[in-house]
Amino acid sequence: MGEPIPRREDPRLVAGDGRFLDDLGAEALAAAFVRSPHAAARVVDVDVGAALEVDGLVAIYTYEDLEGPVAEPLPLLIPHPSLHAPRTGYPLANGVVRHVGEPVAMVVARDRYLAEDACERIVVAYEPLAPVVGLDAAVAAERTVHDDVPDNVAARMVQEHGDARAAVAAAPHRLALDLAIERSASTPLEGRGVYARWDAADRSLRVYSSTQTSTSVRFALAVKLGVPVDRVEVVAPDVGGGFGVKIMHPWPEEVLVPWAAIRLGREVKWAEDRREHFVASAHERGQRHHVEVGFDDDGRLLGLDVRFVHDNGAYTPYGIIVPIITATQLLGPYKPGAYRVEFRSLYTNTVIVTPYRGAGRPQGAFAMERTLDAIAGSLGIDRARVREANFIQPNEMPYDHHLIFQDGRPLIYDSGDYPATLDKVKKLVGWDEFEAFRAGARGDGRRVGIGVACYVEGTGVGPYEGAHVRVETDGSVVVATGLTTQGQGHQTVFAQVAAEALGVPVERVTVVTGDTRRFKYAVGTFASRAAVMSGNAVALAAGKVRAKALRIAAEALEADPDDLELADGTVRVKGAPEREIDLGTVAVLANPLRYAFDEQARLATQFVVGRGVDAPPVAEDDEPGLEATDFYSPVRSTFANGAHAVVVETDPDTAEVRILRYCVVHDCGTLINPRIVEGQIHGGVAQGVGGALYERMVYDENGQLLNASFMDFLMPYASEVPKIEIDHLETPSPLNPLGIKGAGEAGTIPGAAVLAAAISDAEGFFVDRMPLSPSELWALRERHARKEEG
Amino acid sequence: MTETLHETRLVVNGVPHTVRVPARRLLADCLRHDLGLTGTHLGCEHGVCGACTVLVDGRPMRSCLLFAVGVDGAEITTVEGCRSADGGLGPVQQAFQDCHGLQCGFCTPGFVTTITAWLREHPDPTEEQARQAIGGNLCRCTGYQNIVASVLRAAEILKDERR
Repeated sequence: MGEPIPRREDPRLVAGDGRFLDDLGAEALAAAFVRSPHAAARVVDVDVGAALEVDGLVAIYTYEDLEGPVAEPLPLLIPHPSLHAPRTGYPLANGVVRHVGEPVAMVVARDRYLAEDACERIVVAYEPLAPVVGLDAAVAAERTVHDDVPDNVAARMVQEHGDARAAVAAAPHRLALDLAIERSASTPLEGRGVYARWDAADRSLRVYSSTQTSTSVRFALAVKLGVPVDRVEVVAPDVGGGFGVKIMHPWPEEVLVPWAAIRLGREVKWAEDRREHFVASAHERGQRHHVEVGFDDDGRLLGLDVRFVHDNGAYTPYGIIVPIITATQLLGPYKPGAYRVEFRSLYTNTVIVTPYRGAGRPQGAFAMERTLDAIAGSLGIDRARVREANFIQPNEMPYDHHLIFQDGRPLIYDSGDYPATLDKVKKLVGWDEFEAFRAGARGDGRRVGIGVACYVEGTGVGPYEGAHVRVETDGSVVVATGLTTQGQGHQTVFAQVAAEALGVPVERVTVVTGDTRRFKYAVGTFASRAAVMSGNAVALAAGKVRAKALRIAAEALEADPDDLELADGTVRVKGAPEREIDLGTVAVLANPLRYAFDEQARLATQFVVGRGVDAPPVAEDDEPGLEATDFYSPVRSTFANGAHAVVVETDPDTAEVRILRYCVVHDCGTLINPRIVEGQIHGGVAQGVGGALYERMVYDENGQLLNASFMDFLMPYASEVPKIEIDHLETPSPLNPLGIKGAGEAGTIPGAAVLAAAISDAEGFFVDRMPLSPSELWALRERHARKEEG
Repeated sequence: MTETLHETRLVVNGVPHTVRVPARRLLADCLRHDLGLTGTHLGCEHGVCGACTVLVDGRPMRSCLLFAVGVDGAEITTVEGCRSADGGLGPVQQAFQDCHGLQCGFCTPGFVTTITAWLREHPDPTEEQARQAIGGNLCRCTGYQNIVASVLRAAEILKDERR
């Protein structure tokens, strides 16, 4: 552990031998969907007549064809008392569509071309309704998304510690700010996809899904399809990125594809295309915040009163996790004085909202960090000093915010050194030398600015993950965890954890993730939880295997287990390396056999090895095999933290923003593989930069997504992502055996905040909404110039 | 309604194939589904992301924007054909592993083919040039930094091989 070893999964993936969803099922029938072109409409009629002549057509399904649980609304995955008006959609529209892209009919045909031919020939008669688009329309509630939710409010939640409003009112200084973030989306390069095989003779279903949670898909499908859960297995094959969107489940398509496979007795596959991903998966980020803050002469917070509105789209299958996270994680590394937060989660006729990398934290960090910048500006003091004045100190850990986190547990930070983090990033970026740099640049007619932003991220959220570790008789080790993987290198890092615990070379360890045939109990990959949860579960299970190996080897070597060590794939007596036994042989001895099917097995037949004729070959408290299962279930989340600092240059004429420096200091506790952690940070920063400067979902007033393609939705290329400079801090978490905190989302969280800060610093006016395009920055310049003139 | 099929000859990774495909069959789908070479991936199907990039007579092209019949007779190189002669990882593929130039690996095949072709004409790139070389491919995982490093590393490996 701790070594930046190359990844075990790479040789397959770089050679084109990956197995992503659409690489499977060469013989499967293809599904395609007729989707609503309207943001809000009644479905009056679906005429499939013209589609029936399409060669290769196998089936067309509309809502009328669904029955039983499949005809019912999709599940509300995460109910919450504050979510008073939850609504979920149907797998196929039941008389009403509430966003462009909602599935109305499903076609199954010999291949995707033919399935789409049939889709084109299906004529759906709609009665369009006036849609609710954007937060203004949702709040105004002149129209509603759901007839029975007259104010469009799905949820309202208040959390408070202390009397924030009184504290603000009594403070010597006060500010009020409005801060907004627009919609964006995870946008993995591989879209969603589902491939189902029904074995009619065996009455069993195997489903491959490009998902972040195969175990939960399994349970959901068993319920929806009326197949005993024991007859359902779900496999996440290689998954081409997730970033949050693939934690949502079961999608309409994820239910319908296996449903059709059972009905038809044929393999059926659906691979999402790019437009479908834009209009029919999930978005995030759209929120507007109103902050009222009271502070003292040093910029110390006395009271913080935040109200925000969250655009949850047409349905709430994933509950209100995103705004709850904003409400709690907005506080970052700071003591807010008294704190009150209130949000409303509102329906609009747009794609649903589920977590996207950062999951409400980028908005929270934006609100908090912009507020601190505004305080510094109003007091005329250094922005870093305002942060220092408000930090929770290391000696105040664990720190209780007296709020309830997304997992329903108290928001208590376990560890972290926030002042040291800021110090490090200031040094890395050259914070104290920046004014000299600015003066030089100004002399050359250049406009530059610097910004800093801090964050705390609750990672490793429960309830649990588990792992199974087995030593095979050839001494190789097989690890299985139910948690899925989408590029985070789990096959490498979990192998590192197991290899260290068992004293075997990492090359001898194979890791299986996200396959319910191998491990049935898991939650999923989200909330930067994989390394924390499954990493520790693997360590615990491997620890059990280690103990058993020592016990068996001690018997075989006639030594005390305490005198033994595991190294290089053997168990040996410390100080007497000639007295050793191969770990594979220990595995053989762990499984007393009757039949000697090979030479290794001969060693273990009951006639050769035994516990004496008066004892059962397997003791009452033992099991055959050198293997163990264990679970890690923490009392609460562990909290990683970090700080980003950037230097930008803004073009005086074109208002283009160029990032000159992007510095990251990150503390995720113990690092299993520093190279993989840095890769996570790089990718996170790229998404943060994208969210700050380029990416947004542009809906028109009719609820049409105007930029539903990679031509129009501007994901950063290599030319847009700066070189990232990273420094680490390692403050181990006291909450788990390995001391790990999560790392997956951190890079994204402060992106909008830090870039807004640097742009504000360069331009001399306050940026209060992101993303910011060059034309918007140009318009802001004009507005501020007019203000100064007027 | 049945579609007319067109006999199309492709030499893919040095192996000649004859397929009978409808005129509208994309080269990407032909490679993936007719020839079983699933290393070529489709990320957008409108020519922007570059995941489906293959070499057509040595030049990188987006196989989602080409019809198979349109490249009848061409020599195609896919990511599967970018291995070394002994079947191990090719120089660009090896560089990606060495530099952690991939995470989920979905976009990687398009980078491997693009960089393979580019390095033939730019054997000694600077970091800036390496960044430009990959400027037409989207990756959502890596932030590109380690892909830039992979380009430079691949150039090094190729130089060593020529020695």
